[in-house]
Amino acid sequence: MTEQTTPVPERAVPIWVQIIVWILLSGLLVLVALGLKNAQNPIIRVGSEVPDFNLTLFEGYTYEGSPVVSLSALHGKVVVLNFWASWCKPCEQEAAELEEVWRSYAEVDAEVVFLGVAWTDTPANSLEYLQKFEVTYPNGPDLGSRISAVFNRNLGVPETYLIDKEGILRAVKIGPFASNAEIKSFINPLLSE
Amino acid sequence: MKRYPLISLLVLILALGITGTVLAQDVRPTDDEVNAIAKQLYCPVCENTPLDVCPTEACREWREQIRAMLAEGKSEEEIKQFFVEYYGARVLSEPPRQGFNWVIYIVPPLVILAGAGILFMGLRKWVTPDDPGHDRGAKEAPGTADEENEYLARIEKELLGKD
Amino acid sequence: MIADFGYGILVVTFLLSLYSVGAAVLGALNKSTAIVESARRAMLLTWPLLTLSSLALIYLLVNNHYEVEFVYQVTSRSMPTYLKITALWGGQSGSLVFWSWLMSAFASLVTLRKWDRDREFLPWVIAVASLTMAFFLAMNVLFENPFARFWQTAAGVEAYTFKPANALPFAPQDGRGLNPLLRHIGMVIHPPMLYLGFVSFVIPYAFAIAALITGRTDDRWIRLTRRWTLWAWLFLALGLVLGGRWAYDVLGWGGYWGWDPVEVAAFIPWLIGTAFLHSVMIQEKRGMFKQWNMFLIVLTYCAVIYGTFVTRSGLLSSVHAFAQSAIGPMFAVYLSLISIGSVALIIWRWGDLSSDIELKSVFSRESLFLINNFLFLTLAFICYLGMNFPLVAEIITNQRVTVGPIWYERITAPLFAALMFLMGVAPLSAWGNSTLRTLGRAIWKPAVVSLGITTVLFFTYTRNAIALTGFFLVSFVILVSLYEYWRGARARQTSQGENFFVAFWKLTARNPRRYGGYFVHISMMLMAIGILGIELFQVETQGTVQVDQSINLGGYTVKYKDIAQFPGPDGRQVTRAVVSVYQGDQYISELHPRIDYYFESQQSMTIPGQRPTLKDDLYILLVAWEPVSTAGATFKIFVNPLINWLWIGSILFSAGILIAALIPDRSRAAVREKKSVQVAQTSAAD
Repeated sequence: MTEQTTPVPERAVPIWVQIIVWILLSGLLVLVALGLKNAQNPIIRVGSEVPDFNLTLFEGYTYEGSPVVSLSALHGKVVVLNFWASWCKPCEQEAAELEEVWRSYAEVDAEVVFLGVAWTDTPANSLEYLQKFEVTYPNGPDLGSRISAVFNRNLGVPETYLIDKEGILRAVKIGPFASNAEIKSFINPLLSE
Repeated sequence: MKRYPLISLLVLILALGITGTVLAQDVRPTDDEVNAIAKQLYCPVCENTPLDVCPTEACREWREQIRAMLAEGKSEEEIKQFFVEYYGARVLSEPPRQGFNWVIYIVPPLVILAGAGILFMGLRKWVTPDDPGHDRGAKEAPGTADEENEYLARIEKELLGKD
Repeated sequence: MIADFGYGILVVTFLLSLYSVGAAVLGALNKSTAIVESARRAMLLTWPLLTLSSLALIYLLVNNHYEVEFVYQVTSRSMPTYLKITALWGGQSGSLVFWSWLMSAFASLVTLRKWDRDREFLPWVIAVASLTMAFFLAMNVLFENPFARFWQTAAGVEAYTFKPANALPFAPQDGRGLNPLLRHIGMVIHPPMLYLGFVSFVIPYAFAIAALITGRTDDRWIRLTRRWTLWAWLFLALGLVLGGRWAYDVLGWGGYWGWDPVEVAAFIPWLIGTAFLHSVMIQEKRGMFKQWNMFLIVLTYCAVIYGTFVTRSGLLSSVHAFAQSAIGPMFAVYLSLISIGSVALIIWRWGDLSSDIELKSVFSRESLFLINNFLFLTLAFICYLGMNFPLVAEIITNQRVTVGPIWYERITAPLFAALMFLMGVAPLSAWGNSTLRTLGRAIWKPAVVSLGITTVLFFTYTRNAIALTGFFLVSFVILVSLYEYWRGARARQTSQGENFFVAFWKLTARNPRRYGGYFVHISMMLMAIGILGIELFQVETQGTVQVDQSINLGGYTVKYKDIAQFPGPDGRQVTRAVVSVYQGDQYISELHPRIDYYFESQQSMTIPGQRPTLKDDLYILLVAWEPVSTAGATFKIFVNPLINWLWIGSILFSAGILIAALIPDRSRAAVREKKSVQVAQTSAAD
């Protein structure tokens, strides 16, 4: 934008103008590159560490007495993080199964935690959905869309992320689970590590 | 037109404040009242489409949320605040005025001013008024006929390329 | 078979265009006409080759070859044949082939002209055009092969260009079908128009680069490419307008422009192109601002590439964007290459491009054109900022934000108003010399009349200050433009003794660019009327009604009569409501807002019932309905005042550009060139 005003009779572009032009141009290009890197999806690949996040739970849900769960506090446990929404039909297919599998693990005190995250859902509808499927494991809204932002730019529901005892993302399931056995087949290998 | 839903909303809130919650169950906010707020919000399910016209199920429920909050007597600001806390700043139709976001509000006026400044300086530097004789010549020909002739001459000159 | 054939041709064409780049550069450096001629022939061969490849793809599309991934993605058995053909540009990889095909056609056209006087440009024009083409073909060849087929392997079904080991061919029974939103005539024409606009801007850029490299920095390159610039500008504008019309008819939000990142990405080249279109005239008339024009054309080309990049790489999220793709990094590399290369060339030739800038007055036409350039570039910058801000904000604050219409409208409105004012003033000023006094003498008449019109509007139509300002500027520009026609024609009438209409016609024919330009200004103002109308006076309401109940809005009464559901053509279920429209007590018409549900893609489309008049557009959407018709239906109704002037204006405006582009320009420039006969012939073929 500045070239036009440079006094014309000069034969060459002054060196400082050249420097500014190149800095501006490379700045813009770096921005494009960073943007491209940012736009990459999935955000975390299987095998990399999951950044910490906090899940504020719905009223009536607590985890070990606290209304907030953070991933870092779950070290040493396998985490099954399920994104869902009350308006999502495929989510209903797996809701009962997830709860059933969760109870079966809870009975034997297995080192696994189920977390449900309601994505782009309204609180009243979420609670109604949780009641309908009698979900007992900790559930909370994706406040500020901050949790989904950790995993996937273009999240759809349902989506389930499996995090191992060391906090490493180990598997991703896009779409609903077909059966209890399928859910367990994801969890068991991680439990036995 | 755009202000009416707001005003009626204020009236509604006042009325609710006075008559209490018994009435609240009877007053179902109209679609227009809901849309007036939904128009200013964006849901992540349909990118860049305002909430009031997004046809997806998720957005329909968001609108119901607005309706429920209106019925509770929440103000437009409170409702927007709720949406921001719940879903993030991207639901707003423009970035909240805070922190880094100020860039987008400050830079355009600055660029316009800077550009205008550069342009002004450039013009001042480049403009070298013609010899005054020519200018006087123009002043001395106020009549319409002369004006037309002058104009004609200019057009012909431009068309024939004799600058 | 055919798929392999098509892909093979793409590969050959890609190599051919690489050869063309290499040979052109080599020929230019060695001053060997033979090598340059070889490069030219290689380039001429790309068009027939890409035609074959496109035909192969169209053959696959039309004949339901769902074993090809692209065919599977964009067509289905239920689609009519014409949609199967146009599905060529309905998806990423096919539209890239189409893009290259257009590019090769334009490049061939340019290399076919007579080059006698401009020999030294030829190799560099070929090199730049071929490089652009090679880049787009590379994306097809390396990442986005439209001919890739499905193969069944142990790991599952996936599309590959070549048969993987131990794989069996796999052919789905039916395709997924084109996104229903894209099955609209506006969407069928909109992408080709945008692409045409984009590829035609490559030509002036190629000439500019040729001029920079050869050091022949007079205005020859501008004269040679003037028509290309006009066409590019027209196509881009048509693309934008058609996109708007499509949004209005199909997206069902009662608007035509949502400042979506992808829309903005196509708008930016248009804005810069408009600045370029005006500023080249300064160089032609006064020989000034050569550096500035170079800068503008480079910027336009970069904006074209960036716009394509943004749409196709998934960099910005948008309703219009293509699915995410691997071609992003490649685009980024190419963008860096061309921007760094072009800027380096300009800096290198800076001295040769310099010219004495001497303006006689702030009110001369060239000064006003400078202000015009400032306004257009500022608009382009603001659009660029708004479009990219979400990206930057996410990098820096890790928070996603939306930059919506409110922001754009607030910041751009004063600039658009200033542009309108300039449009009113500039035609009255003269090249070189124009004083405040001469300008004032020309301005006061149209200004007073516009003020009169505004006063009438104040008492009869609206009290809205923004609207009144807008209407004042609109009438001012239209009056000034008409006044200019009239003054010109009258002047000829008295001097040449011609009848007024003959004078008018000859005037336009003598200087089609100027008078075509005024026509474009007038049409732009008609469009502005539509924009002011819908932006400032749109009213809407939504309500649920039973049969025979009605909704009132803006003087209209909409009565719900009936609703019916039936299967429609093209694999859809149509739910069509019947409403009667009354104005006061008078019955006017029956409208049919409907929802089309497409089974195969499980998507629905809301088609409004529209009643367009010059005064307003009644726009009714069926939002929801209950299966039992007694439970009622929900309608959303808009009254969009004056909106149809937007469409009328855009039709006229295309006509105006056609006038400016098609009538051979016999003004100053051409007259001067006429001295050597053969040159005049070539310039008509530009």
